[in-house]
Amino acid sequence: MLFRSVAELVEYAESEQLKISDVMMQQESDVMNRPIEEIYREMEENLRVMELAIERGTTEDLKSKSGLSGGDAKKIMMYRENAPVLLTGTTVLEAVASATAVSEVNAAMGIVVATPTAGACGILPGTISTASKKLNSSREDMVRALFVAGAIGFCIANNACISGAAGGCQAEVGSATAMAAAAVVEMAGGTPSQSAQAVAIALKNMLGLVCDPVAGLVEAPCVKRNAMGAAIAMVAADLALAGVESVIPTDEVIDAMYKIGRDMPVSLRETALGGLAATPTGRSLERQIFGNESSE
Amino acid sequence: MKYRTVFDIIGPVMIGPSSSHTAGAARIGRAARTMFGKMPKRVSIILYGSFAKTYRGHGTDIALVGGLLDFDTFDTRMAESLDIASEEGMNVEFIESDELTDHPNTARLILEDGDHRLEVVGISIGGGKMEITELNGFQLSLSGNAPVLLVYHHDQHGAVAAVATILAKHEINIGYMQVSRKEKGSQALMSIETDQVVDESLQEEIRKQHGMLSVTVLS
Repeated sequence: MLFRSVAELVEYAESEQLKISDVMMQQESDVMNRPIEEIYREMEENLRVMELAIERGTTEDLKSKSGLSGGDAKKIMMYRENAPVLLTGTTVLEAVASATAVSEVNAAMGIVVATPTAGACGILPGTISTASKKLNSSREDMVRALFVAGAIGFCIANNACISGAAGGCQAEVGSATAMAAAAVVEMAGGTPSQSAQAVAIALKNMLGLVCDPVAGLVEAPCVKRNAMGAAIAMVAADLALAGVESVIPTDEVIDAMYKIGRDMPVSLRETALGGLAATPTGRSLERQIFGNESSE
Repeated sequence: MKYRTVFDIIGPVMIGPSSSHTAGAARIGRAARTMFGKMPKRVSIILYGSFAKTYRGHGTDIALVGGLLDFDTFDTRMAESLDIASEEGMNVEFIESDELTDHPNTARLILEDGDHRLEVVGISIGGGKMEITELNGFQLSLSGNAPVLLVYHHDQHGAVAAVATILAKHEINIGYMQVSRKEKGSQALMSIETDQVVDESLQEEIRKQHGMLSVTVLS
């Protein structure tokens, strides 16, 4: 079985009474001609890299070379533990802080796992690690969640795109948010079809998001978009588990994302020529960081 | 399908900050290095599109050079690659181009050492994945999904059959194959994706065939 769309993936999983993670592991094993145990171990290793990044980002005093990012994850964690009242809740804020942590490690040229890209690398680790504590998940459930995310990302990457240069931030943070939403749905015991609904709900709320990094750096606004992506993924998963369904089918949402990306001007696709990058402050930061040798 | 393995989506493990501008770029550099066969003395790198606009911010230059030094995406020496290159005597120049390309993340690498010269065009398509789209003027499409056997040969009859026979004899299965040439009767390039790795002794066997110019494996 080689699935080409989310609909095919869900239909196959449900007709065979499998989880999305089972289908992904089986396909990987067939296509790449590798034993499932070996694939599982490689994914578990990726999970460990993600957890180390969360640990670093929430405990160390990180600062990127440009000085544009670092330190927010720690701030959010402190607030989450000490504030007398939280407007959202400890779970959402932990996901947000962890996503921020990994994203800050990335900006500081630390080691991360691209999920699906480095620019969006915080969302999946942030949501999965937080959900695992809330749900008391096993290690295997967490590794499986990465396969679920991979299956969704696989459909998005092959039918649309996952790079900001090709499709804007909706293709990066948008894809990661959708992948994470599907992953935590399976962790919480949801059905493949509920995972697919979570993808549609999450991605719809990311459509149109442009890629406009200040000074061309994967820092501002990327770190905060990772933070909010984690929040959206957690809420989208809850909506899907509540039985909420997307009016537009998941694959059509993915296709809409692709077409919106094609329609996006070059200035808003990772060229640092438009959006936040082109604001007075964005430009002035660019000059400060690169001096006169800036490409502008 | 451009992406075949789940580890293209959940992966690679890499040094930040950008999968397309850092990890993908490092892989393009490393592929060029492998095809060149050794560390080049001189490299010109022409950057297009988003690569040209944001390469300093993303460390695309650092990553391409890291790849040329044979570093993997997660090699912690990556950040110092420019210094390491100059210490090791690799001279690199970067040129920003306004020319429009099919893909926004495109780089052209020209590697030189004396008479030895290699020109490679690579695109970084997202999530750290890259494709080589041009090699010494030959159009091709190498995804990096499988090991690739690259054979330069004189454009004459029997060349493809000779290589295919050797692969068959050693039970190596061909997944994808492309033959391209600049003009009839001149040089041609076979790029062959194989399911098994073509080891050094087999490459040597192919090299000895009539009309072969060079043989490399990219895995």
